[in-house]
Amino acid sequence: MASESIPLAIHKGPLAVVYEWLATVDHKKIGLMYIVYALLFLVVMGIEAMLMRVQLAHANATFLSPQVFNRLFTMHGTTGVFFVAMPILFGFGNYLVPLMIGARDMAFPRLNAFSFWMTAFGGLLLYASFFAGDGFSQAGIAPDVGWFAYAPLTSTAFSPGHSTDYWTLSLLVAGVGSIGGAVNFVATILCMRCPGMTLSRMPLLAWMNLVMGGLVLVTISPLTAAQFMLMADRYLSGHFFDTAAGGSVVMWMHFFWIFGHPEVYVLIIPCFAFISEIIPVFSRKAMFGYPAMVAATVSIGFVSLGVWAHHMFTVGMPSYGNAFFVLTTMVVAVPTGIKIFNWLATMWGGKIRFATPMLFGVGFLFQFLIGGLTGIMLATAPFDWQLGNSYFVVAHFHYIIVGGILFSIFAAFYYWYPKMTGRMLNETLGKWHFWIFVIGFHLTFDFMHIPGLLGMPRRVYTYEAGRGWETWNMISSIGAVFQAVAILLFVYNMIVSYFKGAPAGNDPWDAWTLEWSTSSPPPVYNFAAVPVVQSRRPLWDIKHPEDPDWKYE
Amino acid sequence: MSAIPVAVPANETPWKLPSRGRVGMFCLIVAESAIFAIFIAAYIFYIGKSLDGPTPRQILRIPIFTTICLLSSSLTIHWAIAALRKGKTGSFAAFWFITLALGAIFLAGTGREWRHLIYQEDFTIQTNLFGTTYYSLVGLHASHVIIGLIALTIVMILALLGKVKQEHWERCDVLSLYWHFVDAVWVVVFTVVYIVGR
Amino acid sequence: MQSKSLKSWWRRASQVAVSILCAASTASAALAASNDKPISPTNIFAPDSTPAHSIFRLSLFTLEIEGVIFVVVFSLLAYAVIKFRRRKHEDDSEPPQVYGSNQMELAWTVLPVLIVVVLFLSTAQVIHRVQDARRPAGTIEVTAVAHQFWWEYRYPQYDFVTSNELHVPVSDPGNPTPTYLGLLSADVDHSFWVPRLAGKTDLIPNHPNTMWIDPQETGLYLGQCSQYCGTQHAKMLLRVYVQSRDDFDRWVRQQQQPAVSDPSVAAGSALFITKACFACHTIRGTPAAGHVGPDLTHLMSRDTFASGAVPNTPENLRSWVHNPNTFKPGSLMPVPNLTETEQDQIIAYLLTLR
Repeated sequence: MASESIPLAIHKGPLAVVYEWLATVDHKKIGLMYIVYALLFLVVMGIEAMLMRVQLAHANATFLSPQVFNRLFTMHGTTGVFFVAMPILFGFGNYLVPLMIGARDMAFPRLNAFSFWMTAFGGLLLYASFFAGDGFSQAGIAPDVGWFAYAPLTSTAFSPGHSTDYWTLSLLVAGVGSIGGAVNFVATILCMRCPGMTLSRMPLLAWMNLVMGGLVLVTISPLTAAQFMLMADRYLSGHFFDTAAGGSVVMWMHFFWIFGHPEVYVLIIPCFAFISEIIPVFSRKAMFGYPAMVAATVSIGFVSLGVWAHHMFTVGMPSYGNAFFVLTTMVVAVPTGIKIFNWLATMWGGKIRFATPMLFGVGFLFQFLIGGLTGIMLATAPFDWQLGNSYFVVAHFHYIIVGGILFSIFAAFYYWYPKMTGRMLNETLGKWHFWIFVIGFHLTFDFMHIPGLLGMPRRVYTYEAGRGWETWNMISSIGAVFQAVAILLFVYNMIVSYFKGAPAGNDPWDAWTLEWSTSSPPPVYNFAAVPVVQSRRPLWDIKHPEDPDWKYE
Repeated sequence: MSAIPVAVPANETPWKLPSRGRVGMFCLIVAESAIFAIFIAAYIFYIGKSLDGPTPRQILRIPIFTTICLLSSSLTIHWAIAALRKGKTGSFAAFWFITLALGAIFLAGTGREWRHLIYQEDFTIQTNLFGTTYYSLVGLHASHVIIGLIALTIVMILALLGKVKQEHWERCDVLSLYWHFVDAVWVVVFTVVYIVGR
Repeated sequence: MQSKSLKSWWRRASQVAVSILCAASTASAALAASNDKPISPTNIFAPDSTPAHSIFRLSLFTLEIEGVIFVVVFSLLAYAVIKFRRRKHEDDSEPPQVYGSNQMELAWTVLPVLIVVVLFLSTAQVIHRVQDARRPAGTIEVTAVAHQFWWEYRYPQYDFVTSNELHVPVSDPGNPTPTYLGLLSADVDHSFWVPRLAGKTDLIPNHPNTMWIDPQETGLYLGQCSQYCGTQHAKMLLRVYVQSRDDFDRWVRQQQQPAVSDPSVAAGSALFITKACFACHTIRGTPAAGHVGPDLTHLMSRDTFASGAVPNTPENLRSWVHNPNTFKPGSLMPVPNLTETEQDQIIAYLLTLR
């Protein structure tokens, strides 16, 4: 039987292509749209950050007015959480989960498309604010209340005009998209696994997206509720956060952080997923302690719902209240640590190949360790009374978000780009990207801890000379330039490799999960025949029939 | 290379996964419960904290009749599904209609109550903390009733057109999960607003 | 996809270098906290008051434990990266597959739990010691009211109000005379942070808080608002003057006086009323009794104005009155509508308010 296929030469005009993407319900296309959308906003976020770093490089600088600076940090934070991190992780999840569980698509393909477009529209709505009011050069009437938008700063009394409304409405819209996406993840993972793939045999990426999905369902809704309340106050003269009528602004803080803290676990858990797929493949060993990893992830999901008020240690809660949240916050560090040890144990005794995905993976481990340790410092409430709301906190969460989340996303790009496009990313450019980014990251964020220790609060458009902050701020700003160069290299790599990269084949990394059993890129139906699996590493079983995993699991 | 399907070993049980519709609806219910939980938390926190204005005891009348209607509609929708499962499309349509009617009575009752509060008692969302939390919580629930009624109406129309058959019972069951959720939330809201809060 | 042993060595070396650098700079920040050559007037590792001291001791304890954790885990990571990297000459056979070990999982669960228990108990103790401390007799009571973008200080024991510069007496550890601050807000959320004296506590409308300080050395302590409160959050600075008991009492007596009434600046004091300055500012002993802006009764007794952002000189005052946005763009003081002469007269008047 001839093994060549006859190419079907259907020539699609540009309009037809655009329509195909706009109307698609295919999880792979939707995943790619999420990812590209997020990358565009990553660049925008980076520009916002660079502008702020220019302003902060010197004391008493006048590069940016306070009004513009305050809009920039609000937009930078809001964009980063809702329009970069969440979409990119939903994008990878959308692309990979059906492939890895042997399904042909997500459980609800039309809901999937709807969720993407809601999220996308939310971002566009938010950025429309830049062009209103005094126009783009003054940052329009972009919201300037900080990404956590504390009451009563957001009331009509202190935020007249519509800037806060852009914040509220765009996130409400994006929130609907997130909930829709989460419903899809949970339903897909529970209901669409291929025969033989019991819950204890599915890839850790599937487990982690399941936990993430469940967490999103419980955590985005409190934000939605709080935003409805804010709108009631702003538009219907309600009194939820109206202190003159006896309302409580601390209640906004509680509701926001009941969302806000689990949200950061929503962001990190899919990153744990990438690392849990990449480290075993590049160490050439099975994941160490699969059941412990599952248990740790699930317990992180649950415990993370009970730690929120560690963002409120300075608010004046009674001592037993503070102590309670110290305890829960420290407790959540235990399963997190367990995961780090399991990744280390996976590498131990392996034959580690340091291709670019693994470089970023090791960078993740190192930086996530440090970020976790500074987190424990912040969990110690009295220490937080000094460090909270200072640049120490900014350094801590950027360590996790950039040093942890972004590094693991880069790892995921280098690992799965061949599957998505059929081409390898250039290894040399990848290594340049890694090293330049590492230098830039550490220059910016290591030294950023110091102004925090020396008393510099966050969200300040400028600062006094003579407080010992200038040198460290200058170093942080220089690091930003390195990071920008590295990102440009990365974008260049992705574009050039799309056209000129080495053909990847089905399985360039000699990996073990189902997505590598189909072509690169996969056909629209994913698998010609629905796979049947007997262990956690179906491809290992096929490649090592004398020593299959199901004998040991 | 495509995955070579490995034959399922004989001792493994047949492959059965939960239904997507049910799981999806449970997820939606979880998310909605979280929204309601926050509004209920706000309501409870603000009990007795209004600086002035009418108190619940002064102006709230306990809606016993409409509550009974709404809770009974859970029973009737359950009977409707049971009938459809047995293929009795006539009984199904009848029970479904009664469910719809009971839900509509509940909604109308809420509307009447609000009209009285707004026009006779001069009590609105702006009046005080009680006003803000009352209208938002009860209103959030009422909006979920409205969405449920719209969905029920669509199925009613399809049923009247003869398009709802026995094989569709599971889809109707998924919808009934939503309706049961709306009723369960009302039990909580009713307890908090009309019993605990007074 | 091959590893280069040189590259992985460089990676380990650079990671080691980076972590040494971080440790060194943090350590130097901590060590240089001595007052010989302070690297910063707002260094949290240079405490001078009991709350700040308690926090400092707890933070050192935490850092020590975390330092050990870091060294252990990092060494394991570095070792793994070097020892188990694939060498060029090695074949492509897979290493032994190890799926897990219950003993190890138990070990690295139990040990962290123990660490958590130790950290939690020491933390809870400090929380209790700071938050639930009892007030000795001789406590100075001050009510701090935060505004967008300045600080109001009321001294109920002495019956006067001042702005932006907080004076407290030094506290002798043997016979403590701490200052308790009641913390209120007139508008949005703010936070009081003077790192060398205490951790920060927020000022939240409709949510009174308290904090206390007992500085043990005289001097000027700096800080600033630490909860984003609007456009000029960055310049809502804090200045705490810790004085000897005698100096403090003298300052109190001076602040208790009504405003100096100098007939030679009558034109300026009249303008203060007619040009609506009185609607926002208080000058005790005159009809001006506004509460939107700082109390100016003893403006010239202060080193700075605009909440610590501007040195208090006649030239600066002039620029401020001409247009507050010169120093604090977005501050809530409207631009006064004054002619040159009127400005001169008002400045002359303000300069008498010692």
